[in-house]
Amino acid sequence: MIINHPLLGPRDAQEFVYLGDAALIDRPDWQASGAVDRFYEYLYLRDNPAGMHRELWFHEQGDRSWLVVTRNTVTHEITSVELARDVARSRGRGK
Amino acid sequence: MRYSGFKVIAEALTGHRGWKPVWREPQPKPSYDIVVIGGGGHGLATAYYLAKEFGEANVAVLEKGWIGGGNVGRNTTIIRSNYLLPGNEPFYEFSMKLWEGLEQDFNYNAMVSQRGVLNLCHTDAQRDAFTRRGNAMRLHGVDAVLLDRDGVRKIAPFLNFDNARFPIKGGLLQPRGGTVRHDAVAWGYARGADLHGVDIIQNCEVTGFRIENGKCLGVETTRGFIGAKKVGCAVAGASSQVMAKAGMRLPIESHVLQAFVSEGLKPLLPGVITYGAGHFYVSQSDKGGLVFGGDIDGYNSYAQRGNLPVIEDVCEGGMSLMPMIGRARLLRSWGGIMDMSMDGSPIIDRTDIQGLYFNGGWCYGGFKATPASGWCFAHLLATDMPHLHAAAYRLDRFRKGLMIDEKGMGAQPNLH
Repeated sequence: MIINHPLLGPRDAQEFVYLGDAALIDRPDWQASGAVDRFYEYLYLRDNPAGMHRELWFHEQGDRSWLVVTRNTVTHEITSVELARDVARSRGRGK
Repeated sequence: MRYSGFKVIAEALTGHRGWKPVWREPQPKPSYDIVVIGGGGHGLATAYYLAKEFGEANVAVLEKGWIGGGNVGRNTTIIRSNYLLPGNEPFYEFSMKLWEGLEQDFNYNAMVSQRGVLNLCHTDAQRDAFTRRGNAMRLHGVDAVLLDRDGVRKIAPFLNFDNARFPIKGGLLQPRGGTVRHDAVAWGYARGADLHGVDIIQNCEVTGFRIENGKCLGVETTRGFIGAKKVGCAVAGASSQVMAKAGMRLPIESHVLQAFVSEGLKPLLPGVITYGAGHFYVSQSDKGGLVFGGDIDGYNSYAQRGNLPVIEDVCEGGMSLMPMIGRARLLRSWGGIMDMSMDGSPIIDRTDIQGLYFNGGWCYGGFKATPASGWCFAHLLATDMPHLHAAAYRLDRFRKGLMIDEKGMGAQPNLH
């Protein structure tokens, strides 16, 4: 698979390390009420779709950036690649 | 129709015209006592033991495709019970004992071959870990033999003992481990279940559940609604997809694991050899092909095929362990979808929905677990009580912190 890095251009997927569902960006607030349940869901439960999946890839052997890759889990087709930093900021996170 | 030596000879003399299909093709009834979703190894074993051991006569198995077309036909056929942790070891040994009596039990030749499973170690730390594992196995009454370098050389003199990066220091041998003809397991269980009155319904995909007031009343399928007092889901690979139709999210990610077969060779390997440091395991089929595999591809996938980098990685591992296989040609490769659970261990439990039961999260290890998984799931479906050896495989163990983390990887399913 080729991942089209937003800054570096097309890179072989072998340069990356996979983490999992991009929902892992949204870490729950540990002080919120019901934080125990939220952390259980955050850590262990997954939608695990057959089809479009947004997921986190780490460019370990490159610029060490985190990317959000939208990939079809049935065909391996990649339709969009964003910097995880930009995704987090667009959701109102400071960094 | 029972198989016997006499029957084989009689058929040979009469042109093999007397063989019959080994299971019926029934139409689905409007309702059953128990419906098992998934006609793979685990689903068929569940139905077989439900009928045979727990006296449930009114059972159906629903299979989306055909019998033997899923993960039971997509694995490397290895059986073993060399586990470490208390929650796992008794379960896999129970499975091993069922394998040993399987062919007599269901009167079908599954080619169970206890040719031994040898795990190689390459560092002092790895040998210590294997010593500990062997001791744990012995404490559970399981066979385990710790071999030094010369002991390994006697069994497999062709290995690359002078590998500078991963020198072979010894190994842990389970002589009772081995291989089984995987298709025959599915066919034997299907036939056995059918003989005990189970309806095996192929080409019948479950499209939804009928759930009212927190109680499951049956399943919607491509062949209409089928009512059931109890529904058991054993569709590893598609667990998340099927259980999502009941509104459940599972602690599971789906990953693809590739496997490979070389061209047929003369008898070469004495048994199963695993090479943990190089991520490679290999055995030889009765037809002569080397059957081998390595790691999962490492990212979520429902494609029943992998990508080339893992093929390269696995073949490199094979070459570094057994340089002489370099001239054997790779015949074919395939991918199976693994239910990678968050601690690398399976789940056999009831759900919060009354009458709905779940069996899944087998990671790599589903094939060797087939008989015990079927037996324990049948026990749960028939009695509503978990089987003694599967009592730790609870769905809520992640919430409660009772994970069975055999590999010590934590909640990282792509590392298990």
